[in-house]
Amino acid sequence: MDFKNAKELLEICEREQRPISEVMRQRECDLGEIPGDMADHKMNQVLEVMRNAAHQPLKNPAKSMGGLIGGEARKLSDHAAKGKSICGEVLERAITYAVAVLEVNASMGLIVAAPTAGSAGVVPGLLLALQDTYKISDGRIVDGLYNAGAIGYLAMRNATVSGAVGGCQAEIGVASAMAASAAVELMGGTPRQCLDAASTVLMNMLGLVCDPVAGLVEYPCQNRNASGAANALIAAEMALSGITQLIPFDEMLNTMYAVGKHIPIELRETALGGCATAPSACEFRGACAGER
Amino acid sequence: MSFVSVFDVLGPNMIGPSSSHTAGAAVIAHLAQKMITPPLVKADFTLYGSFAKTYHGHGTDRALLGGIMGFETDDIRIRDSFKIATERGLKYTFTPCDTETEVHPNTVDIRMENSGGRVMTVRGESLGGGKVRISRINGVAVDFTGEYSTVIVIQQDKPGVVAHITKVLSEANINIAFMRLFRESKGCTAYTIVESDGHFPEGIVEPLRENLNIKDVMIVEP
Repeated sequence: MDFKNAKELLEICEREQRPISEVMRQRECDLGEIPGDMADHKMNQVLEVMRNAAHQPLKNPAKSMGGLIGGEARKLSDHAAKGKSICGEVLERAITYAVAVLEVNASMGLIVAAPTAGSAGVVPGLLLALQDTYKISDGRIVDGLYNAGAIGYLAMRNATVSGAVGGCQAEIGVASAMAASAAVELMGGTPRQCLDAASTVLMNMLGLVCDPVAGLVEYPCQNRNASGAANALIAAEMALSGITQLIPFDEMLNTMYAVGKHIPIELRETALGGCATAPSACEFRGACAGER
Repeated sequence: MSFVSVFDVLGPNMIGPSSSHTAGAAVIAHLAQKMITPPLVKADFTLYGSFAKTYHGHGTDRALLGGIMGFETDDIRIRDSFKIATERGLKYTFTPCDTETEVHPNTVDIRMENSGGRVMTVRGESLGGGKVRISRINGVAVDFTGEYSTVIVIQQDKPGVVAHITKVLSEANINIAFMRLFRESKGCTAYTIVESDGHFPEGIVEPLRENLNIKDVMIVEP
């Protein structure tokens, strides 16, 4: 079984009355030539790495290699522990886990690229937050990961997930679309609603540039992982309440890709524009260049 | 287009912070060390393009050194690879090169020396998402990814060598996925690179070496 775009995926889901996760799992078994339990075993390992990365900085905050971030996840969880969170539980946890994963990434810890290292916090952030709040089993979260994988695969196949090619919208945008679709399936939505949620995210994050300070995967990357989780939650809520989207996911992927190619090279991971060239960023870069 | 696995989307499992600058670097060095008999005593890395500019903050140096010691992309020891290399008596240097610009942005040259005094150089390019390409061996332009089981034959560029290689592989019932020949210049050293879907049995190295024009045979398994 295979599908080239979201339209074909939806046709399979609706014809066979199966969720996106099951279709994606079947595809992995067929084309990857591995039995289902082996695929599930690998996906459980993915979940374990994600979970460790999401929790570790709450206990042991770590300074990043470049020195731009470290300790943000602990600050968020301390703030929430005092009962001061203004986001509500799911979003508060989602952003805490999302920034935690980026902290682990930037301090040379173990993470799962999802779809990239710089956007690795979004999918685990939202899925683990939903698991905490709604007591979802690990088996169901694994289903969510297959679902997210289907969205990411379509982006890799038909557009890009590289910040150097398509800007941050291709990294955080796609990660957020993956998380939104998975969240919809976990919360009882239909495959069509999953794809509507993914489409909504790409629309809302369209044009986002990739402008890492000093060229490092730290800042503003960590902030954007939090905003990616929030955008995913917004899109999932809208889809689950029955709001449909005029522009289907396939078209939004093409749109994102076309916009990405129009983003000037200075704003595609080269650190020659955007946040990377703000005076304070240049000052930091000057200071750290002097250190070496 | 080749199959995109769900684990290409949710993966690789890797030590951060960058799939191209950290994971890809580790993969290149990990591949390189499979091409020389251990133990290594020295590894010199020359970095180009974006690698040369941002290697420190991305831990590219630690990842390369970890890879050369055989660490995989998800091996937490990558963080401490300077210390581990010193403990193992492996000398290393890192040299950024900003004069040569006609290279892929994330390129590294690795010069390895083993305890027997043998020296080998490998150039690798990190293509993004942890994917890599080996583009030079000992200065000769080659092209392979290490994703398949690979045999690298170093040979004198003489008639009959390739026929010998395919005969040995055929007798071992190996199905060739890709086969390419690269050479310095006519009559000089040449490299035959054969990639297969299945594994190459250890036992094929000896019969391959039987041809007098074959200088060395390496098997690189993914």
